[in-house]
Amino acid sequence: MPALCRDCLTELESVSRCTACGSPRVLAHPELFSLSIAHMDCDAFYASVEKRDDPSLADKPVIIGGGKRGVVSTACYVARIRGVRSAMPMFKALELCPDAVIIKPRMSVYAEVSKQIRAMMDELTPIVEPLSLDEAFMDLAGTERLHGAPPAIMLARLVRRMQSELGLTGSIGLSHNKFLAKVASDLDKPRGFSIIGKAETADFLRDQPVSLIWGVGAVSREALEKAGIRTFSDLLRWDREELSARFGSMGDRLWHLARGQDARRVSGSDPMKSISNETTFFEDIADPDLLDGYLWRMAAKVADRAKAKGITGRVVTLKLKRSDHRIITRRQSLREPTQLADTLYRRARALFDNVQDPGPFRLLGCGLSDLSKADETEESGDLLDPQFGQRSEAERATDAIRERFGSDAIVKGRSLR
Amino acid sequence: MKLSIERGTLLKAVSQAQSVVERRNTIPILANVLIEAEDDTVQFRATDLDIEVVDRATAHVERAGATTVAATTLHEIVRKLPDGALVTLTADSAAGRLSVEAVRSNFSLATLPREDFPVMATSEYDTNFSAAAPVLRRLFDKSKFAISTEETRYYLNGVYMHVSEADGGKVLRCVATDGHRLARIDADLPPEADGMPGVIVPRKTVGELRKLLDDDEAQIAVSVSETKIRFATPEITLTSKVIDGTFPDYTRVIPQANTKRLEVDASEFAQAVDRVATVSSERSRAVKLQLEEDKLVLSVNAPDSGAAEEELAVAYGDDRMEIGFNAKYLLEIASQVDRENAVFLFNSSGDPTVMREGNDQSALYVVMPMRV
Repeated sequence: MPALCRDCLTELESVSRCTACGSPRVLAHPELFSLSIAHMDCDAFYASVEKRDDPSLADKPVIIGGGKRGVVSTACYVARIRGVRSAMPMFKALELCPDAVIIKPRMSVYAEVSKQIRAMMDELTPIVEPLSLDEAFMDLAGTERLHGAPPAIMLARLVRRMQSELGLTGSIGLSHNKFLAKVASDLDKPRGFSIIGKAETADFLRDQPVSLIWGVGAVSREALEKAGIRTFSDLLRWDREELSARFGSMGDRLWHLARGQDARRVSGSDPMKSISNETTFFEDIADPDLLDGYLWRMAAKVADRAKAKGITGRVVTLKLKRSDHRIITRRQSLREPTQLADTLYRRARALFDNVQDPGPFRLLGCGLSDLSKADETEESGDLLDPQFGQRSEAERATDAIRERFGSDAIVKGRSLR
Repeated sequence: MKLSIERGTLLKAVSQAQSVVERRNTIPILANVLIEAEDDTVQFRATDLDIEVVDRATAHVERAGATTVAATTLHEIVRKLPDGALVTLTADSAAGRLSVEAVRSNFSLATLPREDFPVMATSEYDTNFSAAAPVLRRLFDKSKFAISTEETRYYLNGVYMHVSEADGGKVLRCVATDGHRLARIDADLPPEADGMPGVIVPRKTVGELRKLLDDDEAQIAVSVSETKIRFATPEITLTSKVIDGTFPDYTRVIPQANTKRLEVDASEFAQAVDRVATVSSERSRAVKLQLEEDKLVLSVNAPDSGAAEEELAVAYGDDRMEIGFNAKYLLEIASQVDRENAVFLFNSSGDPTVMREGNDQSALYVVMPMRV
């Protein structure tokens, strides 16, 4: 059976310890050198970045998250031993782990690190599909001739490089499709490298719970359970038609996944569908002026991102969450696409005024969708809003100043509310 | 109720009624048409609570009465019956069914009681006048393209019909705008229309009205109040609520001092705009107009897909200038010109542009430029 030392990358013949460096981290699998679809998932990414940047945190339980009623965004492995999980309410995490060091997320730092990792992955293959800052699919089919090494070796080299150059660890899942690659990367965390080969797919899945499927959350799980489906072997008992009839489009997908089939391609350039921004308040807000300030800041952030990416959008969305957690969304199509904060804010504001709910609200967000590439032209002016031209020119001028002197160099008074 | 009616007559009456009915309906009775038969007349009434249409036709009424059935189903049935067939409608109120018989076909449709059908309250009209169908057709056809679909500015979701002053005296005027384009169309004021309150006629009403205006010889009786408008022919009565809002003061946004005059053959211009716009992405089609003496160059530059340019011989004698427009807006206003040349009046590349049809003062369009 082909094998590989994950530390010195020596190719071996099925042994329990590397004959070259003596490391026990030997990976052996019959399909080791023939599989090419991989999923890389960083280990406790945000927490690991914080620990790297502040070595005094190394042995302490670290939780990334924030706010009075925030949730855990990432917990380091020390905290995970104590039972802390991501998406857990902060107060509960603190009950389990009162001595935890809580750190507010530094998204810009994580994004920067993510870019460095992405650059390393880009060297492996042009087909990289990021799922978030800290995980991505890679399709390495056909890269063996280029690198002079099979995908498994290149992937082991990638995580080794992430550790030596960035001080971060990641886990690899290697399989023959996206679904199984993602499942595999989670099998042996942290610093894992797991393989699900074609031959063992059916055996592997049989007794796994269906919640293994990415996208099957609490709601779908309940629906499946009602149908008596808990594990993959339950799924296998269903006809394709029966599944489709009962679960719609998800049914057909379930039928395939039950057989370990997933035809989705790793797509390097999945086009962006929307840009949005939302915030949960520290305390519910009913004051319209205060909400207006938030709305402007959200609109400005969305517009900044659209401008940075050279994108315009034609649909403006407003999202509100009331105190009772009911979500209100409103959307409006524009005649011409925009990337101006001014247009976005005004349309979102009009939608907000039409909601006719006095609040209080716990969340507010706005977004832009139906995206297309921006060209040189600005939207047509508005006869009934003669100041539009001036405002759009002012926004472009403001952008130029911010570009040069920093994003806080000049802001609207409205943003200080 | 029992009546017999010729299939063609029935189809015409039912099709007008069913188009008012909203396709996605939560209140069952609103999907129905109310059929009332008396003497030698049958009447079809449909409503969406904002618009009500009543269509009358001559029929052989054996037994007077009334019932309601699903408008679209009845329409579909009648549409599929052979031409020239005699159709018999018989209501069986005990069974709650309406039978539709023609030639060898026999249908039995579920009914709802006529008492449940919401009939629009009759109201007093302040103004009643009569207008020829072609006059109303021109007023609404030339203005409706500029109606806004933006729900947040609901008062723009219709055509503003009112009495106004023009150079030659008082006129009946229709105005529509979505902020990017504006259309202002005038017609001679029928004497009885003087003093009419200005009303915003909703988009859907404008669409329904159009079906009354095909006959060039028809005279339309128009009645207007602060809240409703009614258009009637001997066969059809269309009653609609008007939009409860204030139409903005459009006179302030019509440029008065645009002096740079371009005259161009409207259809040649429209075809050229359409051609150059082909290369641009569908979303933001900006067409650049470069003007110099007796020459117009239209161009589109789409970074991803390509570029296009076309030159037109025009009448222009002012300074060189460049101005950009959304291609769709240009095409729409250019297609309003039917006989004369299109006359554009520019000020600068950032200001609204005026378009007229030759020397005709009764139609005026405004379009906002894009910065290119």
